[in-house]
Amino acid sequence: MDDLIQEFIAETRETLEALSGEIVAWEAQPEDRARLDAIFRFVHTVKGSCGFLDLPRLGRLSHAAEDVLAQVREGVRSPDRPLVNAVLAIVDRIGELVEAIDSGTSLPDQGDELLIGALAEGAEEVAQANLPALQRAPARSVRLGVDLLDRMMSGMSDMVLARNELARRLRGGDIDPTIEAALERLSLTVGEMRDTVTRTRMQKIDALFSALPRMVRDTAAGLGKSVLLQVEGSDVELDREMIEMMRDPLVHIVRNSIDHGIESPVERRAAGKRENGRLTVSARQSGNQIIIEISDDGRGIDSEKLIRKLAANGRDETRLRALSERAKLDLVFEPGLSSKDEVSEVSGRGVGMDIVRAAIEQIGGRVDLDSIPGKGLKLAIHVPLTLSIISAIVVGAGGQRFAISRQAIEEIVTDHGEAIRIDTIGGAQVLSVRGRRMPLLNLCEVLGLKRVEHNGPRMISIVNIGEGSYALAADMVLDNEELVIKPASPAVMSTGVYAGQTLPDSGLPMLLLDCAGIAHVAGLDFSRDDDQVQDDDEVADAVTGIPALLFIDLDGARRAVPLAAVDRVEQVEGSSVRFAAGRHRVTIDGRILPLAAQGEIAGRDRLNVLRLKDGANEVSYAIDEALDIITLPEELVPARAPGPIAGVALIDDEQVELLDILWVFDEHADRESEEHAPLCLIAGDRDGWMASFVRPLLETAGYRVATQLSPGETPSVVLSADEAPADLASKAPVVRLRSRRAAAGAGDDSVYRYDRAGLLSALEARMAGKGR
Amino acid sequence: MTHLYLIAQLAGRAVAIDSDQVESVVDIGEVTQVPLASQHVRGLAALRSRVVTVVDTHTALGLDSSREARRAVITHVDGHHYALLVDALDDVAPFELLPLAGGVALGSAWQRAGRGIVERDGEPILAIDLAALVPGYSAALN
Repeated sequence: MDDLIQEFIAETRETLEALSGEIVAWEAQPEDRARLDAIFRFVHTVKGSCGFLDLPRLGRLSHAAEDVLAQVREGVRSPDRPLVNAVLAIVDRIGELVEAIDSGTSLPDQGDELLIGALAEGAEEVAQANLPALQRAPARSVRLGVDLLDRMMSGMSDMVLARNELARRLRGGDIDPTIEAALERLSLTVGEMRDTVTRTRMQKIDALFSALPRMVRDTAAGLGKSVLLQVEGSDVELDREMIEMMRDPLVHIVRNSIDHGIESPVERRAAGKRENGRLTVSARQSGNQIIIEISDDGRGIDSEKLIRKLAANGRDETRLRALSERAKLDLVFEPGLSSKDEVSEVSGRGVGMDIVRAAIEQIGGRVDLDSIPGKGLKLAIHVPLTLSIISAIVVGAGGQRFAISRQAIEEIVTDHGEAIRIDTIGGAQVLSVRGRRMPLLNLCEVLGLKRVEHNGPRMISIVNIGEGSYALAADMVLDNEELVIKPASPAVMSTGVYAGQTLPDSGLPMLLLDCAGIAHVAGLDFSRDDDQVQDDDEVADAVTGIPALLFIDLDGARRAVPLAAVDRVEQVEGSSVRFAAGRHRVTIDGRILPLAAQGEIAGRDRLNVLRLKDGANEVSYAIDEALDIITLPEELVPARAPGPIAGVALIDDEQVELLDILWVFDEHADRESEEHAPLCLIAGDRDGWMASFVRPLLETAGYRVATQLSPGETPSVVLSADEAPADLASKAPVVRLRSRRAAAGAGDDSVYRYDRAGLLSALEARMAGKGR
Repeated sequence: MTHLYLIAQLAGRAVAIDSDQVESVVDIGEVTQVPLASQHVRGLAALRSRVVTVVDTHTALGLDSSREARRAVITHVDGHHYALLVDALDDVAPFELLPLAGGVALGSAWQRAGRGIVERDGEPILAIDLAALVPGYSAALN
């Protein structure tokens, strides 16, 4: 019984610890269902345990709280402040009681009834839900010093070697079958033991990564963003100690990426990116390091902003500006810096990148940044490989054995293979395999070993080192083993071709090759490929302009629509289109979408439909036929009046009308969330300039725009061409636009009217100022 | 003040090694070559479950390599274990470390390793620092 109580105490304590964050969050947001569920599960578990552990006080408290929470879950009661407080008080009391049980002290119980009484709301019938048996997470653990584990591991290795030695000796002579059987059993046990012992120290990095998908989803959802997470290299095994140390920095970096890096869907579309942000987290081994890379395709680091921020904090701005680009990026690691203007719920917790870097440096690692403004940020955490288990291929070269990490090997071919061709170009050998051509290195030559004559084909491993691939020829492939890799001494590592050393069962040390290092030592240079790729990128950038879909509309006109707005083109039956509830609607994938069209929809058997998406809303647009994907020229003749057509562009000497996506959404989207958008009032717009030019900009930035207020509306911000009307200025912050480029003087806080970025940031700043 | 020293034979001379630096004395078994490593590195050897880097002490001191040496002193430098090959081991005894007599030129490699002298029955023996013979580590020092 004591065991059970101890287990209950440990478990409750653990859950309470995990729950503390949830409780705080629930307090702030009582309607948050996930948190409510977490707290409900907790009290429910406590209640269940109390039943058979005979802890009546805890049972009564948890039972009462559970009932109330069940009612909240059913929607019978609403989680108002008194209720939340009462529940939290009970959770706290459960914690106190558990501690009291553990320490064997007693806690006066007159408070319990008060706490339970506080849960009541008038005279309510308490309906006890008949809930299924509780589920317990069996999480028993003990703490052990790493030293002890290390001793155990090396003892284990000794045992394996001793067994091998014994087996070798016995193999020599005639042995009794009973001894052989005993040895066999010993071998089996030792093998199993070794796996177990290894697990005590090593863990797949998956343990670190498995929590990411959920976290990314929740974080992104909380920020109104959508992020696709890709996780690679979960199989890499790391020292448990290292994994624990990496947990917080990784979480922080990932949250930062989602919060600061990846833009909102609207911004992303405006920047010509996919709406879904991409976040890739990967782990790989390189040399004597494990590299964990977190890359996103967000806006990158704005070093200009960093400098402004630091300068505002009292740093010498000229000195900051004099720094190299790289050093400027590194400013992100300065303490007391939040590169976002407003502290957000997600990452604005006062933990900066400085803490992240300190944590990583503490375990002997480092952080590299690679930021391309507007394109994304790649953060690489390099941690030293203290110990790792990798799956390796053992190759023979020059009569010696070497290990190559399996992860680096794309495939292994023989030089006698049909699809293989080896040529000598200048002084270099080149391997061609299925249309790929890559440099071929001979391991013996690279290492300066004498080739041992042997018959049979040479084995060629195609290795990928991130920046490129090459082929590495060895005399033979011997084995495929899980190896415990430890770092080698500096004298060995300084050769640059080894990643570590290992002691396989043979008892003879073996070296793990560093494929990237070998390429480097052999003088392979993949940077040319890099340049080429970059050139391609630049060419693609040079033909800027927006990609658009060219189509024939229902009325026969050729029109284009920006590709970013098109989710897909679909064919639907004419019968799935109905004129319903005041407009044309189409049924696609079991959903009803508003259908926009210019031309006659009726009478067609089949329709092609563009599905247009702007993040929250979806609208369909009926067309006759999709033609081609084109690039819109920069020159665009705007339409004379707002309407479905934004303007006319010249494409292949033909006038093509450009569909005004904003108008389509404005007219046709079924509105849901629009009321939340801040309202921007355009005042004093005599010549209509602002309404026609600034309006689309504001709308893309997520504002609702009005030139006149409806009764009862208050603008969040007023945009005015000159002095705003006095009655408005008192109600809302005002941003003034000026038509001259230069400001009138120091006191002039107006914004030049062609300065898009300036305008948007001024709007944001004024609105934020008001909120404060 | 006396201290415990290990007296070993190295290229025909006696040297004194501070016993604090000596973890154990072993006979090295089969050695795995480390291609491309400096010639001071004889290779890797297994010492029970541990892999040690075998240092050819002769070449580290600028002498001709001693291929037949098997006996080694195990030392621990900066988180790694090294086996430094010696020709023979004489003695372990307490000695007092004395400064080198002024004006004695030891030769560059010896100079780097030399820490002073101890006197055994009137015979001066050079006391050496094993860490100075460890390749990579000594390079970082100099």
